[in-house]
Amino acid sequence: MSMHSHHDRGTPARVSSRQVTLSIDGMTVTVPAGTSVMHAAAEAGVDIPRLCATEQLEAFGSCRLCVVEVKGRRGYPASCTTLVEEGMQVATQSDALFRLRRGVMELYISDHPLDCLTCAANGNCELQDMAGRVGLREVRFADGANHLTEAADTSNPYFAYDPAKCIVCSRCVRACSDIQGSFALTTTERGFDTRIAAAGGDDFLASECVSCGACVAVCPTAALMEKSVIELGQPRRSVTTTCAYCGVGCALDAELQGDRVIRMVPNPAGGANRGHACVKGRFAWGYATHADRITTPMIRSSIHEPWQAVSWEAAINHAAAEFRRLQEKYGAESVGSITSSRCTNEETYLVQKLTRAAFGVNNVDTCARVCHSPTGYGLKQTLGESAGTQDFDSVMQADVVLVIGANPTDGHPVFGSRLKQRLRQGAKLIVVDPRAIDLVDTPHVRASQHLKLRPGTNVALVNALAHVIVDENLLDEAFVAARCEAEPFAKWRAFIADPRHSPEATAAVTGVAATELRAAARLYATAGNGAIYYGLGVTEHSQGSTMVMGIANLAMATGNIGRPGVGVNPLRGQNNVQGSCDMGSFPHELPGYRHVSDEATRKQFEAAWGVPLSGEPGLRIPNMFDAAIGGSFKGLYVQGEDIAQSDPNTRHVTAAMEALECLVVQDLFLNETAKFAHVFLPGASFLEKDGTFTNAERRISRVRKVMPPLAGHADWEVTQMLANALGYPMHYADPAEIMAEIARLTPSFHGVSYARLEELGSIQWPCNEAHPSGTPTLHETEFVRGKGRFMLTEFVATDERVNRRFPLLLTTGRILSQYNVGAQTRRTANTVWHPEDLLELHPVDAEDRGIRDGDRVGVASRAGETVLRAKISERMQPGVVYTTFHWPGSGANVVTTENSDWATNCPEYKVTAVQVSRVEQVSAWQQQYARFSAEQAALLKDRSGTKAADAPV
Amino acid sequence: MNIERLVSMANQIGTFFATDPDADAASIGIAQHLASCWAPSMRQALLDHLDDRNGEGLVPIVGKALRDHRERLAGRRGHP
Ligand code: SF4
Ligand code: SF4
Ligand code: SF4
Ligand code: FES
Repeated sequence: MSMHSHHDRGTPARVSSRQVTLSIDGMTVTVPAGTSVMHAAAEAGVDIPRLCATEQLEAFGSCRLCVVEVKGRRGYPASCTTLVEEGMQVATQSDALFRLRRGVMELYISDHPLDCLTCAANGNCELQDMAGRVGLREVRFADGANHLTEAADTSNPYFAYDPAKCIVCSRCVRACSDIQGSFALTTTERGFDTRIAAAGGDDFLASECVSCGACVAVCPTAALMEKSVIELGQPRRSVTTTCAYCGVGCALDAELQGDRVIRMVPNPAGGANRGHACVKGRFAWGYATHADRITTPMIRSSIHEPWQAVSWEAAINHAAAEFRRLQEKYGAESVGSITSSRCTNEETYLVQKLTRAAFGVNNVDTCARVCHSPTGYGLKQTLGESAGTQDFDSVMQADVVLVIGANPTDGHPVFGSRLKQRLRQGAKLIVVDPRAIDLVDTPHVRASQHLKLRPGTNVALVNALAHVIVDENLLDEAFVAARCEAEPFAKWRAFIADPRHSPEATAAVTGVAATELRAAARLYATAGNGAIYYGLGVTEHSQGSTMVMGIANLAMATGNIGRPGVGVNPLRGQNNVQGSCDMGSFPHELPGYRHVSDEATRKQFEAAWGVPLSGEPGLRIPNMFDAAIGGSFKGLYVQGEDIAQSDPNTRHVTAAMEALECLVVQDLFLNETAKFAHVFLPGASFLEKDGTFTNAERRISRVRKVMPPLAGHADWEVTQMLANALGYPMHYADPAEIMAEIARLTPSFHGVSYARLEELGSIQWPCNEAHPSGTPTLHETEFVRGKGRFMLTEFVATDERVNRRFPLLLTTGRILSQYNVGAQTRRTANTVWHPEDLLELHPVDAEDRGIRDGDRVGVASRAGETVLRAKISERMQPGVVYTTFHWPGSGANVVTTENSDWATNCPEYKVTAVQVSRVEQVSAWQQQYARFSAEQAALLKDRSGTKAADAPV
Repeated sequence: MNIERLVSMANQIGTFFATDPDADAASIGIAQHLASCWAPSMRQALLDHLDDRNGEGLVPIVGKALRDHRERLAGRRGHP
């Protein structure tokens, strides 16, 4: 039970055009039809006792504590399951009700340990509250049969289940099925023996449970309880902030004692998550105070020398002097920066500002380069805005959902749960993925179509879908005529109608049978609201941008854009990847996606920033690497990214790092990139600073400081110090001032301010004069670019092809419990679910190679070789293998190549030709990696110099 | 900067625009893309390659775009 449960109205709010007026204890109240009596009473300020009901769940009516009297009706109906009616007269208090409720409570308490004083829920327990509310004074059946001696299940690292304290209200079971959609809990037996059990295993850890915490949040007692609360006691205060993991951007309440986090609970008012969370945001926040945090600035002259701990001032001055030296010696363009998709908008804005204004170059890029840069490019070309078109709520109005190259239940779990809710209500699902992701067949959800295509053939597939739509006259001609440019559409129509795009012709390339593909196209085009959700399986290809355009073409052709329930929705990877792109992190775009060559925009920024700005695009991350190896790029400032682990072709990346004369890394930990750094500036976690994140729905949410920065400074302050040391003055007093500047200079942010965010909770940009409260759905009456533009999307096979030497295709992805390079999640108990990266392969491929489950296997590509353990899995198709990249020593990116998207250089992570074979030991790269890491750990351990505490700026 | 890599990146861009039935439109598309997304030093390196080694390895449509729009694409020499 979280701190906000006290405002719970018992059953979910309803929306209806019809209002119903009734009287409750003599008070008149008007509520939407469909509302429960319990909810209506709460609206009137009457809190009816309850145990099994909570606003988060549909009413169940099992505890009978919430009984009321209704004039003209016999008996005592449960107010949680009784709906309001016009003119109804309800009494919530009477002697009879009092006796009934007391009897119910007596039964509950007779089977409940009376150790309230030492219970973890003491002071925050609904059972305790209700006993007080109904005036329970004695318990007559205390000596009867009970469950008081049953053992607790402590297998989950984050929460415990104590059956002795369970009142079998089944809130947890319903939360797991209705909210999370995992169906991991069941009620066993009947009557007195009814118990709660984790399904599919002996205990929680071994069960189907994905540790989302929904059951814990709704449990009214201490039966399901966070271990941190059991250990540390109840929190005393709560601060609403935003999850720093994935692009869903869940609103979380940090519940605290002083500035110590006791637990994180989802905020029911959160626009993105509506009160839900996943194992990462809910539980995996311990990294923030992990012993590996480095809180002292450090410098060294070479990467083979020990670090020297220095004061902030010394570190900043050293970095600034180095950048200036390099620019003098090798030219202005020899330096650049990488902004972070894990830092706030304000921080990202400052890094790109420093790069453009203080370095005087446009060599700034961000990790979106390696994930969703094709989204930015493709959607801008077709629809005119580099962002998803909907809010997450929109999925609840979709009739058919097309999920392409995304694995929402792992990558975007809270959205995944939302999607499953809609699918259980009957919406249809089409999955396009080389692998059988969970959504294909999961409890109470089954995809109508799973188009199991070969990696690298997305564009052929999307063209075939479009071909069917044109060929079978499924176009929304009226929409296209009214909303899209006529000439490009005519060109596209002729192009796509060509038989080479027919499903019969493309089947040989994609591996998807024409009948299946035709059925999917018909379903998407005709089932009502068609919504497309896609992920990195779309973007991380040599034709990533083409595929994004193909998706936009499909949505426009079927009129599935511009209203709730439809749209083109990129599921963005990192928490603030949308924001970092919005903030001008790309080398060719100023904040708000305006090209650096646009005179009017540049003039505006030149006036505001007081310096001339370059009108030419700068280097992208892979260009920086190439230039570093070529000898012309020498200095890099990296804030909160780990390019040495996350970017493809590791050996190429590390060669580039080694070629730099000054690498400045600002991070929480000595990550893989920092092992190549000359200056280390300690970063601050999301708990240690104020700011905003922007999620995949363009939703700007506040990040609020709950504890002081461990190293003394928030990241924006550090960038500001560096700018000042470079001779470019920055004097922001706080992040609100930075946001004010962003809003002033960026049309889509004109209406955004911290005051407005406080009022509205969160805001979806554009937020300006035309949309003062933000914009949930884009392109409603016209496209951002005016008319939508169809683009020609010819399929071009990637150069990365299987051959005799490398006969398998490797594709990469992520899993639920770990996040990206794992720097955060590896430093939490989440490692129990994923202690190492594995190579998944199909039984046939395994058998051909004599590989058994758990064997060590070498994975070799033309770029490099690494060794992983094998996991044999029917999810794979023969010829395709899969791994994740959460552990640096796994070296997944040693194998991936430098191939990239034609338009944006987004790496082709999803397709690498490899050979897999049984081996006895780790690869040469892994041995060298282990040596280098040991050397760097020793150099860190041997660090000399002052401590941060004695060396304030 | 590694010229083979620049050539292969430019060819990828060329291949995308090559679908346009209007050859001039394709040439403009390629040039626009290079001008708006590539750093001047990278564009210049490609132009130098066109001059010095007759654009060895470039698909014809990219060579045409570079020649048609040389003015617009020229960048500073030397970096990176
Ligand atoms: S564990 Fe909690 S939520 Fe679940 S049935 Fe028991 S008391 Fe209710
Ligand atoms: S933690 Fe989530 S998945 Fe696990 S049992 Fe509870 S509600 Fe179900
Ligand atoms: S990781 Fe994503 S889904 Fe999970 S709590 Fe954080 S924002 Fe929500
Ligand atoms: S709260 Fe209504 S029956 Fe339990």
